[in-house]
Amino acid sequence: MRTDDLIGGLVADVEMRTPPLGRGLLAAGVVGMALSGTLFFAALGPRPDVAAALATPRFVLKFVECAALAAAAAAAALALMRPAADRRLARLCLLLVAFGVTLGVMVEVVVVPRADWPARLLGTNWLHCLVLVPLLALPAFVTLLAAARHGAATEPGRTGAMIGVLAGAIGAFFYAANCTDDSPLFVATWYTLAIGAMALLGALLGRRLLVW
Amino acid sequence: MRREAADEGGRAELMRAALAGDANAYRRLLEALTPVLRAAAARGLARAGLGSADVEDVVQETLLALHLKRHTWDPTRPLMPWVATIARHKLVDGLRRRGRRSEVPVEDFHEILAAPAEPDPTEARDVDRMLGRLAPRQRDIVRSITVEDRSIAATADRLGMSEGAVRVALHRGLKALAALSGSMA
Repeated sequence: MRTDDLIGGLVADVEMRTPPLGRGLLAAGVVGMALSGTLFFAALGPRPDVAAALATPRFVLKFVECAALAAAAAAAALALMRPAADRRLARLCLLLVAFGVTLGVMVEVVVVPRADWPARLLGTNWLHCLVLVPLLALPAFVTLLAAARHGAATEPGRTGAMIGVLAGAIGAFFYAANCTDDSPLFVATWYTLAIGAMALLGALLGRRLLVW
Repeated sequence: MRREAADEGGRAELMRAALAGDANAYRRLLEALTPVLRAAAARGLARAGLGSADVEDVVQETLLALHLKRHTWDPTRPLMPWVATIARHKLVDGLRRRGRRSEVPVEDFHEILAAPAEPDPTEARDVDRMLGRLAPRQRDIVRSITVEDRSIAATADRLGMSEGAVRVALHRGLKALAALSGSMA
């Protein structure tokens, strides 16, 4: 085929447009959150003392951290799906989240006696956390990964991993409402591991599904 | 430098118009980009020790990718870095499929794209081979609008289909071509 002929075909297709990438990802994020949220309320629900817990800073911090991570991961995923995008802002946001989580751990270590550290870190629900966070993340993961196929990721593995982090943060956000372990030590350990597992899954699938 | 800036601004303007559905602007943009892409592909292939036989294949695969991924361009940002990144991605992809390890730093690619273009209208085989693997109806529609240079309306008339159905089939056909180009050995 001559290149001119191909161009003729592309020009004839000018009106078949995919929505702008940012809008597509946002829509997938909203649908994914709704699905993950529905799964949460159907299968798990918030812990019984949720009203009282909302008055404690440790409980609230869990949501702040998950929401901040989700926002930073969304910005990073979007930048990874856009050729030649500026990734500096997203990278800075991710660093700020990591810094915030570290700061929380440091404050906890200062205000809690050393003897209580192991109990705080292990909590009572670590196994729940490792299983339920990925499970709650899964619906968001599927919708986001499907949307990411419309992107143009030049690094499919890394992009898939970032989708995994974003979905993991959404799953963790909902799980946090059910979990009674609020210590930043617990969150920094087990939430990170659970979200890391989603990142790994995302990297593996991204390498297959996000090539173009 | 000034000319480059003028090129960038003009092309970005054409792309904005194309994204709003302006077919003439889109044709002008693709025709302006093609010789630039051809020069870049020729340099990239030569550097990998490959002859010029594959140049037009890389150009066509890049054009298909630019077309199908055009919604990933952020209209508030310059166009040509976006084009260069996609062109490099498709070149690396093409080299990988031709069994060459690719060492194409992106900085180089920007330079290559800025270099003067070589005029050379040619034909390529890959897209034709991929066309052969489409469903018959889809292939017929893509061929009608590309190789046989018919309009959407004329194609719809000839095949007794609605224009909308032809549009959808053309779009799916182009997507299938791009997907096949990734899976062809």
